[in-house]
Amino acid sequence: MTKYAITVEGLSKSFGPTQVLHGVDLRIEEGQVTCLIGPSGSGKSTLLRCMAFLEEASAGMITINGQPLGFDTLPGGERRRLAPEQIRVVRAQIGMCFQQFNLWPHMTALGNVSEALKTVKKIAKPEAEERAMVQLKKVGLEARAGHYPSQLSGGQQQRVAIARALALEPKIMLFDEPTSSLDPELTGEVLNVMRSLAQDGMTMVVVSHEIGFAASMGSKIAFLDHGKLLLEGTPQQVFGKPRHPRLDQFLDTYLDRGAAMLV
Amino acid sequence: MTLDIDLITSMGPELLRAAGVTLSTWLCGALAALVLGFVVAVARRYGPSFLNPILRAYVELMRGTPFLIQLFLLYYGGPFVGISLDPIPAGLLGLSVYGAAYFSEIFRAGFEAVPRGHIEAGECLGLSRTQIVVRIMLPEMTMLILPAGVNMMIIMLKETAVLSFITVPELTFKISQIGSANYAFVESLFLLACIYWGLVELCSHLGYLAESKVRKYGLSHA
Repeated sequence: MTKYAITVEGLSKSFGPTQVLHGVDLRIEEGQVTCLIGPSGSGKSTLLRCMAFLEEASAGMITINGQPLGFDTLPGGERRRLAPEQIRVVRAQIGMCFQQFNLWPHMTALGNVSEALKTVKKIAKPEAEERAMVQLKKVGLEARAGHYPSQLSGGQQQRVAIARALALEPKIMLFDEPTSSLDPELTGEVLNVMRSLAQDGMTMVVVSHEIGFAASMGSKIAFLDHGKLLLEGTPQQVFGKPRHPRLDQFLDTYLDRGAAMLV
Repeated sequence: MTLDIDLITSMGPELLRAAGVTLSTWLCGALAALVLGFVVAVARRYGPSFLNPILRAYVELMRGTPFLIQLFLLYYGGPFVGISLDPIPAGLLGLSVYGAAYFSEIFRAGFEAVPRGHIEAGECLGLSRTQIVVRIMLPEMTMLILPAGVNMMIIMLKETAVLSFITVPELTFKISQIGSANYAFVESLFLLACIYWGLVELCSHLGYLAESKVRKYGLSHA
């Protein structure tokens, strides 16, 4: 039996009267890179944010390495919110990277990366900073440790944000459009860091508009449309011909913009 | 108009003492207002929901009525409900409760200005709510609310003059006394204005200094 890092079962999410996810089922295998693609408003970011427990699903269930995230299903089928401590333990296995980087502007790169080691893991400052330095080295930014976010380029900020998430040694990394606010040149350096993470065997879920990255790095592609999981499979299965007409339509918008990087 | 220098020098020690009262009521009142205002803002944001309308009413009431009336009500009306205070404690209490209402609004705006994503980043890393407030939100909003905070400090400094109405022996009270005893109203009021202005200048310079200290982080959230 394959071991699943994340299982999503019947996940639905509504914001007020708008339902953005309609009963999504998805299994994320350990050590794989799963890319969530789809048009804006398809619910891919919401799905990812549910996996980070930044959004609470309206119905359904998510498990992380077999442990329920946030909610438990009682034998009668009723959902029960878990205790905050339990939620924290499960959540600690996940690292998250945002489109807007979300570095804390009043801390240096080193401060950002070592913060949770100090406050959450209660590691003494010198050791926390030493560990943080290892992560900064991993993303190639040890020389920028003393810089504040405002002194770093977008690409460097995102790499610091990746180091910050890695510092707590998560088993799964979630990326929410990590390169969408970067120009193409800076996009490359962030994708390179992600590529080396994937090669190290990190389980990754990536919401991205970088179809080229998805096609080359993804072990699995999940295509969402209108809050439903429309297609799921290896890049060859999903992007290969014959292609689903809705996906064709979606990919055409890329080709229209001259990005002929596809299969 | 001639300023009677001899008069001022002979009153020197008394004026210094009065200036001390002004400075200490201002600093103590402002500090208490700052702390109380922060508590009110935190309670409105994170406290039980029944607290919010009560605290909102308090803020509106404090901002909607003149400080002089509040102080009179506290000092002269207090004894009717069992609160009998000496002038200085009454002045301090009045000043801090009044200032806290404004400070709480400054903090509220500060809390709202911290980008949602910066808080989410902390949540994802497992920081507790207190850690997020203390380690992320407070320092981050300090850069944003510093000008408004310094403004409020200056307003509170000038509001200490109102304490003279309940006989707190601060600068305005003392100098008015000297002025009426010597029929030197214009001179004494001019001197008074100069002293307040000097103190305000000092306060705003300290404010600019603090601003330039935090500016290195960059005010942008890019």
